Amino acid sequence: MRKDLGFRLGTGVFGLFLILIVAAIGFELTRQSMLSIQKFGLAFWTNATWDPVAGEFGALPFIWGTLYSSVLALLIATPIAIGIAVFITELCPQVLRQPLVFLTELLAAIPSIVYGLWGIFVLVPIVRALQVALPDALRGLPLFSGPPLGVGMLSATLILAVMVVPFTSSVAREVLKSVPVAQREAAYALGATRFEAISAALFYARTGIVGAVMLGFGRALGETMAVTMVIGNNPQVSASLFAPQYTMAAVLANEFTEAADELYLHALIEIGLVLFIITLIVNSLSRVLIWSMSRSAKAVPSTAVQPVAAEA
Amino acid sequence: MLRRKLVSSLFVGFCGAAVILALIPLAMILFFVVSQGIRALNVDFFTHMPTPVGEPGGGMANSIVGTLILTALGSLMAIPIGVLSGVYMSEYAGTRFASAIRFAADTLNGVPSIVIGVFTYGIAVLPFKQFSALAGGIALGIMMIPIIARTTEELLLLVPGTMREGALALGATRARAVFTVVLPAAAPGIVTGIVLALARIAGETAPLLFTSFNNRFFSTNVTQPISSLTVQVFTYAISPYEDWHRQAWAGALVLVGIVFVCSLLARFATRKMSGFTRS
Repeated sequence: MRKDLGFRLGTGVFGLFLILIVAAIGFELTRQSMLSIQKFGLAFWTNATWDPVAGEFGALPFIWGTLYSSVLALLIATPIAIGIAVFITELCPQVLRQPLVFLTELLAAIPSIVYGLWGIFVLVPIVRALQVALPDALRGLPLFSGPPLGVGMLSATLILAVMVVPFTSSVAREVLKSVPVAQREAAYALGATRFEAISAALFYARTGIVGAVMLGFGRALGETMAVTMVIGNNPQVSASLFAPQYTMAAVLANEFTEAADELYLHALIEIGLVLFIITLIVNSLSRVLIWSMSRSAKAVPSTAVQPVAAEA
Repeated sequence: MLRRKLVSSLFVGFCGAAVILALIPLAMILFFVVSQGIRALNVDFFTHMPTPVGEPGGGMANSIVGTLILTALGSLMAIPIGVLSGVYMSEYAGTRFASAIRFAADTLNGVPSIVIGVFTYGIAVLPFKQFSALAGGIALGIMMIPIIARTTEELLLLVPGTMREGALALGATRARAVFTVVLPAAAPGIVTGIVLALARIAGETAPLLFTSFNNRFFSTNVTQPISSLTVQVFTYAISPYEDWHRQAWAGALVLVGIVFVCSLLARFATRKMSGFTRS
């Protein structure tokens, strides 16, 4: 018994270390950004001027850039990711299933820097050509204004969308798998078409699907290298898809080593702190949703028709 | 009826199109990385140092060694912490403390890599006023820990309870049962998890930018800044020089190669493992 206690403590210490790291991140980021927090307060988040030379630090452009790019990326990625999840779990022939899972996972495994490299030399010229080809009537709209640079919000959004798809779709796949088979069979037995049966399954799995989307959102918020390389790195608040903008992660990547004075450094670390808090909230929320989904799904098969559930 | 069938076919078509839409960028990235990278990839790339601007040729020997050192340092830190906290989570699965570790691991896994970099800068660079390979290793280690911990936990839970009970029935202590019976049974899977974690952190750039920084010279000193493949590719990619762009593509090809080999290795190891997890 005594020996088991030693084992428990011995392994527990390492677990404790893991918990301490997370706590230390929050503590250290707060401590290191004190100067900026005290000097600017909440105005830090509403001021749109970022001028390190004059000592004026407003983080609004970065918050805006991060949220705008992530939300736009989600708008593109979510339908595609759900489509992929449905295709793999419900529609595709058995032989294709494993290869498709492997390929989508490969998309998640490619390093961010490689996405960025591809973005600079392949995607950006395509976006530039697209903007040049835009009809004049559209170019007047605020959404499409600005000179054709190629780098900017649209390039960042497209890259983010590609990077988020595998995360969202792999969780959505798991969630769809946890929908009882009996539920779909009941729909088919009632004469439902594929679309009707699958949308019933999707509706059943809605909590988990929202969780999957949130998880993708968390990824998009913190994505650094690829975005840094294509977004143009210009601290401005603009609705235009073609305007070069900036994100929280990108400003850290670019300016951290250049921060000459302490206030500048603290302002940057405060951006890191807020990025940490936002992703923490988004990820926790997404985990709670996915978890409550898989729990409620697990509870169902015991009351459903047994032989069907046993097939899985 | 016709309308319902039409909607249904449209939906099926959309799902198929979604798969193709996601595979297009994958194909494009792989195509460009291979076709562009192969042009600058030769023996020199692995054995030579970078050349100054305007001088063609050269390689990334220092960055490759740097990446190896950084991932080794990260693993040294992350493997014991990850595996042992994974052991705790599976052995004491129902406890409050195990849930707290699990929550911390999932949280840490979701922390953006750039934030890990900022944190490590605060604890390992600022106090010594010195970028170092060690700091880079710590940053990468922090990123690896949650991946290894969660994989270890999941795989240990897959080991049939009868194996542990058999060991305990023979009079083994819990520690002995875990370290001589349960852990070895799950070892192939845990190794897979470690390989996947390695593949992921070898491709990380953001946490290294202001921890290990970069180094133009060959260095194996862990207290000095060190070059890495990813940071070097970044430096080259945003430079205005043709030669450097070529080198960047070659570096990207090496990175993708590492990821690809690791994923294949991992799949191979899990296949060996799955024989007994299904029982």
